[in-house]
Amino acid sequence: MRNFLSDKVQNIQPSGIRKFFDIVTEMKDAISLGVGEPDFETPWHIRDEGIYAFEKGRTFYTSNSGLLPLRQEISNYIERTQGVNYNPQNEIIVTVGGSEAIDIGLRALINDGDEVIIPQPSYVSYAPCSYLAGGKNVFINLKAENEFRLTPEELENAITDKTKVLILPYPNNPTGAIMEKSDLEKIAKIIKEHDIFVISDEIYAELTYKGKHVSIVSLDGMKERTLLINGFSKSYAMTGWRLGYCCAPNWLIKQMTKIHQYAIMCAPTISQYAAVEALKNGDEDVKIMRESYNQRRRFLIDAFKKMGLECFEPYGAFYVFPCIKEFGMTSEEFATRFLQEEKVAAVPGTAFGDSGEGYLRISYAYSLEKLKIAMERLERFIKKLRS
Amino acid sequence: MREQLLSIIEKNSRIGISELAVLLGKDEIEVANEIKKLEEEHVICGYHTLIDWEKTSIEKVSAIIEVRVTLQRGQGFDKIAQRIYNYPEVKSVYLISGGFDLMVTLEEKSLKEIATFVSDKLSTLDNVLSTGTHFVLKRYKEHGTILDEVKEDAREVVTP
Repeated sequence: MRNFLSDKVQNIQPSGIRKFFDIVTEMKDAISLGVGEPDFETPWHIRDEGIYAFEKGRTFYTSNSGLLPLRQEISNYIERTQGVNYNPQNEIIVTVGGSEAIDIGLRALINDGDEVIIPQPSYVSYAPCSYLAGGKNVFINLKAENEFRLTPEELENAITDKTKVLILPYPNNPTGAIMEKSDLEKIAKIIKEHDIFVISDEIYAELTYKGKHVSIVSLDGMKERTLLINGFSKSYAMTGWRLGYCCAPNWLIKQMTKIHQYAIMCAPTISQYAAVEALKNGDEDVKIMRESYNQRRRFLIDAFKKMGLECFEPYGAFYVFPCIKEFGMTSEEFATRFLQEEKVAAVPGTAFGDSGEGYLRISYAYSLEKLKIAMERLERFIKKLRS
Repeated sequence: MREQLLSIIEKNSRIGISELAVLLGKDEIEVANEIKKLEEEHVICGYHTLIDWEKTSIEKVSAIIEVRVTLQRGQGFDKIAQRIYNYPEVKSVYLISGGFDLMVTLEEKSLKEIATFVSDKLSTLDNVLSTGTHFVLKRYKEHGTILDEVKEDAREVVTP
């Protein structure tokens, strides 16, 4: 039999996280700090709305781009948080998680050989999605001394005459880094100069612990050259509902809708009804969860300080990204030994790109009690390594 | 800081000052002073423990009692409430809107003791017109805590 597989699919690697997952699963009593989703359950009033939708028999397809009332609520939300107006009729698509928006956005934008700039460490799906769309990936290795923010110099150096798209993944998974308004302004200037398009993945927008999140679309002249991606997974603890959305100029949304309608048809209907409730009445839930994450974040940063572990203070998402270079091991060695010797799982930084080498992603989507035990073990572990 | 501090200790009154300071991102001294102030202002009225007595061998019976009262000159609701809440077996007293006036919760060792309290002490008060006693059969949730809940982490152990 001949090899039926496409070259492209064979060329992409399975997620580095998967390998680690298999080791952790075998270890029964391990504490995991490896999860990239909230520990909170979806707030009850949102779940209740989902149940209600089931009871009412809302079990059919919605329009391709999603329920209009939901798109209206999304539009209101962007308006009230960023002061930017998107037309719910033709500038918003409700997607299956933010991930789908990344995929269809890239597919709608990229011609073979177009260069896509991807700052790393960052979420695992940008590079493969871009590659499958025909893009040529150009990575920027973000630096700890810049708190893993994207600097104008780094961006300038990565731009060529083939550059078409910049992925802007802030607040960032896995580093927890954010980009503040002043940082974005410098980036926006270069973007406009070189006529580049931005895919801004702001799935962690609500989880920002230093002022309010600023989206690049709120900057002058950026709305028309940005695909804004957000969703319900992180802010409303709705990962399993698989619901995200994207906003962009109509010329792009129109094309993305074609891919979405042929590949997906529409996002899950029940989830969409629940999401309307989330956007209408969920602000208080978000506030409570954010405060809770913030307390854990402070706890971890303090714990690292006490054990002398180098870590910049991250102000976004629910990750900290401590540096483990002093131990002379690769991230993977460190994570594997930490798991085997202390039964705590944290994800090696390299799962998010080569520039994650020397770092560890620790998620604080866990109760304080669990984090405390994990930090005791980490302290014991690094004491042993240092002695 | 106040709101956050209170919402933390409302759930965990045993938390230490140093840990509180870390969680709030404040100095220990600042936090200690704030707590002292809150105690002095009687914003913090006590530090109690939530116990599920059903899991012990100690017998406890609780009842919720609706009380309708009549007011007399110089004797407002506060005065009547005071006469009731001074009994140590009374756990809480609320003035409420609706079909009756006061809601009293009571905890005793037996059904009989509750009956005795209602018939001998509560009903005989001059201002009390009528009472309706509801015995508690099962407690599901108290002080925001679901009593029998065992939370399991249903997430995959490692996800991107």
